[in-house]
Amino acid sequence: MKKEITFTLNNEKVVVEVDPGWTLLYLLREVFELTGTKEGCGVGECGACTVIVDGDAVSSCLYPVLEAEGKNVITIEGVAASDGTLHPLQQAFIDNNGVQCGYCTSGMIMSAKALLEKKAVPTEEDIRTSIAGNICRCTGYVQIVESVQQAAERMKK
Amino acid sequence: MSNYEYHKPQTVKEAIGLMESLENAKYIAGGTDVIVLVKQEKLAPANLVSLRNISELVYIDTKDGLKLGAGVTHSAIANNEFIRKRYSALADAAGAVGSKQIRNVATMGGNICNAAPSADTACPLLVLDAKIVIDGKAGKREVPIDDFFLGPNKVALNAGELVTGFVLPDLGSNTGSAYIKHARRQAMDLPIIGIAARAAIKIDGNEAVCRDSFVAGNDISQTIKRLEDERLVFEDVRIAMGVVAPRPVRAKKAEEAIKGKIISEKLLKEIGEIAASESQPRDSIRGEAWYRREMVKVLTGRAILRSIGRIVGPEQMTNPNRLW
Ligand SMILES: Cc1cc2nc3c(=O)[nH]c(=O)nc-3n(C[C@H](O)[C@H](O)[C@H](O)COP(=O)(O)OP(=O)(O)OC[C@H]3O[C@@H](n4cnc5c(N)ncnc54)[C@H](O)[C@@H]3O)c2cc1C
Ligand code: FES
Ligand code: FES
Repeated sequence: MKKEITFTLNNEKVVVEVDPGWTLLYLLREVFELTGTKEGCGVGECGACTVIVDGDAVSSCLYPVLEAEGKNVITIEGVAASDGTLHPLQQAFIDNNGVQCGYCTSGMIMSAKALLEKKAVPTEEDIRTSIAGNICRCTGYVQIVESVQQAAERMKK
Repeated sequence: MSNYEYHKPQTVKEAIGLMESLENAKYIAGGTDVIVLVKQEKLAPANLVSLRNISELVYIDTKDGLKLGAGVTHSAIANNEFIRKRYSALADAAGAVGSKQIRNVATMGGNICNAAPSADTACPLLVLDAKIVIDGKAGKREVPIDDFFLGPNKVALNAGELVTGFVLPDLGSNTGSAYIKHARRQAMDLPIIGIAARAAIKIDGNEAVCRDSFVAGNDISQTIKRLEDERLVFEDVRIAMGVVAPRPVRAKKAEEAIKGKIISEKLLKEIGEIAASESQPRDSIRGEAWYRREMVKVLTGRAILRSIGRIVGPEQMTNPNRLW
């Protein structure tokens, strides 16, 4: 039985009919066609589906859609400014080769964003802990850590 | 997508009522076990009763000992200063579960009720003498954690009952605890084995007092030497082992054998041997039985030392009389 939910998606209030058996990931990709959020494993292991809910990074593939009711959800599509200016994290990933194939990138950026919102000056360990649940098969992680470090520095200014 | 109805009660009472009236219903908290099982088609509930919107299940009360709501997430535990200092083993374990994304939603209640032999918070709760608080249509009851685990994914809950929280006694400030998760990588991996310990020690018959530090000393051999010199005595020790039996278990013989003895490298080695003899590990994809048994020997001593390190720090050992 379909149910209607209301929540904030990328800073806009949305009202949408959902099936209780959906995950938040399904709603984002199949209904809102926000395909920046990726499905890798579907079972919480890879982090490709990471979005921010009420300030915390979560795996949207395990997030029951009805729990989104009343929440504030940010996806990779909501990270850049409304005029299209890239977020410092996005720019830093480009500048530091933090992106190769790109499959992990949305999730990486969401994990990093959740961290920087809580801790503007993170240690390398903070960064590594925050992205430990995001698997990247291309970069070897070093460039990703550097990207986050540089973004944090640019954001301080 | 799956074919369940999803219910969002606001109170424990409402949740218990739903569980009673609905067919083929299951509780869901963070869903990090439940949704995975549903997706893998190992579980096909017609109804999920969510505990996520029940505010009475989310509390961390530090007034007298520690009381935790079942809905508290691993992130909340790992980040809580008081738990890190006084119930360190639990913070160690909660901080080692999965990833940030998992810890931000996964709950203590879910970890304990799912009751995997590898559940990270189980061993800490065993050594910290936790009691499980249960509510159901027959009313409230409390069960010591040691009686709660029955086997892999089996716990002492009657139909429709739910865990509302955990009660941990005040262990006094001469107690330190630690949990060591031995896994192939630091994140996103279940333990090959997990060992929790808690230790209370005495010096010259007086209780040593916790230094409220989360970081244990690094140089273990140095620490032991100094501890031996100061003739510190184990007053009380608890050891629990995960993934070495169908359920997380205490190493009770080892605990008995260590009581009242002076801390020494030789003693810790003996204790590791006894703990290993109490384990019944099996071969699995994560590790073979013989390896698990060997690692019980090593990590038991290490977990005890880390616990002691949280009572007395090596940097302070040079003049132990001023420690406390
Ligand atoms: C990628 C990934 C990595 C993981 N890594 C780890 C790890 O490192 N260590 C580890 O221990 N676990 C790990 N897990 C397993 C899981 O995250 C934990 O067991 C978690 O604590 C479960 O909590 P939850 O709130 O998500 O439980 P849920 O999935 O919501 O529920 C789990 C079970 O408990 C029942 N339940 C939940 N709450 C209650 C309650 N209050 N009363 C009665 N029954 C209840 C449910 O009906 C269900 O049977 C991992 C899972 C994933 C997907
Ligand atoms: S798709 Fe969600 S964690 Fe892999
Ligand atoms: S850039 Fe390819 S998986 Fe990370």
